[in-house]
Amino acid sequence: MNITKTLDAKGLACPMPIVRTKKAIDEVNPGEVLEVVATDAGAKSDLTAWTNSSGHELLEAKEEDGVYTFYVQKG
Amino acid sequence: MSEQKKTNIILFSGDYDRAMAAYIIANGAAAYDHKVTIFHTFWGLNALRKDEKLRPSKTFMEKMFGKMMPKGAENLPLSKMQYAGMGPKMIKNVMKKHNAMPLDDLISMAQEQEITLLACTMTMDLLGLKEEELLDDIEYGGVAAYIAEGEDGAINLFI
Repeated sequence: MNITKTLDAKGLACPMPIVRTKKAIDEVNPGEVLEVVATDAGAKSDLTAWTNSSGHELLEAKEEDGVYTFYVQKG
Repeated sequence: MSEQKKTNIILFSGDYDRAMAAYIIANGAAAYDHKVTIFHTFWGLNALRKDEKLRPSKTFMEKMFGKMMPKGAENLPLSKMQYAGMGPKMIKNVMKKHNAMPLDDLISMAQEQEITLLACTMTMDLLGLKEEELLDDIEYGGVAAYIAEGEDGAINLFI
């Protein structure tokens, strides 16, 4: 996977992970992949819902020791 | 992408926790690319007050109201567990620990995300609040301004 940009949202609480993700995705081109790293427990459902309704694609989501990593492809 | 959706929130309450909820939802909706408006009326106007010593010309009653109401976002009381000011201090400590944004930062974030902050002019008159006492770069309007946004809102909330 070719990652264009990485967003470190670790330690941020709701609503910041999603606000920052939105800002970051605005800075990449369609088809490019944004990596988001977060620790907020709500991030998983938030990121999933957000990508679904804003026309992007969640390529992969994983969790390791309370750290969530998401790969979002811009639509 | 389809036509831009709208989220409209009426902030009637002047409680810190309720205002926080309103501003978190607003910022989240802006991240969803919604056009977001927060309509501040009655006690919700206090969230927009500047925490400064200003002396606009006012009647006696208006001065009294101005003194009795909290000045700005960070001076709002909690809806529960106020405990004569101890509650807000405690919750702000906990918020810091959990990296939750304080209300004044949420409001700046909202302005950065181009959320429209509307102040209800009729209740401003009732409470004796003047434009110079409220934050810069906000808009002023009445019920029609809210309905115009609200009639085709995907989300409409009264908080």
